[in-house]
Amino acid sequence: MDAASGARAAGLAAGGALILFAAVACGGGGGKAAPAASPMGGMKMPSSSAAQAPPAAGPNEVSIGGFAFGPAKLTVKRGTTVTWTNRDEDPHTVTASATGGPRSPALVAGASFRFTFTKPGTFTYICTIHPFMHGTVVVTP
Amino acid sequence: MNRRQLIKHGAWFGAAVALAVAGGEVVSRVVDADAPDPFPKDATLRFVQVSDSHIGFTGPANTDVAGSFHRAVKQVNALKHRPDFVLHSGDLTHLATPAQFDHVKQMTSELKAGRVVFVPGEHDSIDDAGQKYRAAFGKGTVGDGWYSFDLQGVHFIGLVNTLNLKKLGHLGEDQIAWVQRDIAGLHSDTPIVVFSHIPLFALYPAWGWGTDDAARVLQMLARFSSVTCLNGHIHQLFTKTEGNVTFHSATTTAYPLPKPGQGPAPAPVTLPAGKLQDALGIREVGYVRGRAGLAVRDQKLA
Repeated sequence: MDAASGARAAGLAAGGALILFAAVACGGGGGKAAPAASPMGGMKMPSSSAAQAPPAAGPNEVSIGGFAFGPAKLTVKRGTTVTWTNRDEDPHTVTASATGGPRSPALVAGASFRFTFTKPGTFTYICTIHPFMHGTVVVTP
Repeated sequence: MNRRQLIKHGAWFGAAVALAVAGGEVVSRVVDADAPDPFPKDATLRFVQVSDSHIGFTGPANTDVAGSFHRAVKQVNALKHRPDFVLHSGDLTHLATPAQFDHVKQMTSELKAGRVVFVPGEHDSIDDAGQKYRAAFGKGTVGDGWYSFDLQGVHFIGLVNTLNLKKLGHLGEDQIAWVQRDIAGLHSDTPIVVFSHIPLFALYPAWGWGTDDAARVLQMLARFSSVTCLNGHIHQLFTKTEGNVTFHSATTTAYPLPKPGQGPAPAPVTLPAGKLQDALGIREVGYVRGRAGLAVRDQKLA
């Protein structure tokens, strides 16, 4: 068994209406982005659950924080078990693009996932919920 | 817009604002509260979009997402006109668990509408490529959950762009080929409405707010005189017109996200007490036969 999943996670008030008529007949739209006046127009952002990716706690550990994997690239020897821990409030996953790599369930805040790499190679992975998060594990013989 | 109106608009909480989109320009103005409801009374078709209910989310940004979604359902059911259908444009659940899908199913079954249609969000397809989603909501769909239907002369296409992701939303070869077949026999005057969770335009790629192969579908739709794309995902209103296509991003019933690029990541935003409701809402869409484009009205959560 390649994977050792140690995931712990197993009335229409007229006064409040925003009205928008889309008239797209004028063919040459020009592609200008035009943000709609939204209820968030005057929004302040007093808090956000994102944090800077904290340093990993150990040599074979990856910390997930601030919507990033830290370290983003990890090199381990074949047979090594790597542990990912989610330090964000948002859930994340560790999902390898290739078969034979790690594929975690959703990791909620504080949850961990372990995977033992039994074959050498380069494994790239993403978070399926936030696919702009990328990580790599290089497994040496 | 004169200066006084602009000032009123700047403090628009509680005010009514109308946005007119023409040729890619959005013009907003304050609507006289006594003016008659400008939403087309002669609409031949009406539907409602709700989005990003994130059932199962627990966090300070909204400590009762189920309660918020329930209010949205009640708001839809209280509309003057019963919608022909309701679209939920994805992120039904927060973690795609069977219990969360059951909860969504139970709540959406209370909607008084001709039918309820869905597209999945990435939160609905976290670790199983959308299998649980399709088991619960994929009846009558093909491929990985995409579908089309016709109503009152409008052709609706529901796309899935939350699978096989590399950075942005993704449609894939099979789905693109299916769209090509699906629209092949349609007259170019047919109004087209496309549903997807992730926007089909590059709204903010650094946060994954775009779809890497959507241009190929939009190219196929270039021959149609009116194309409207409705999406969720970004938890805020945004509109944009490109040629024959108008994109409308819907807000959420759960919690706001930052504006594009504001802050380090698209993490839930906790608003000051009492402000959350203003960031949530539902959307009515109306189509009047013979009129180019669809009328879109966003309402704050009641």
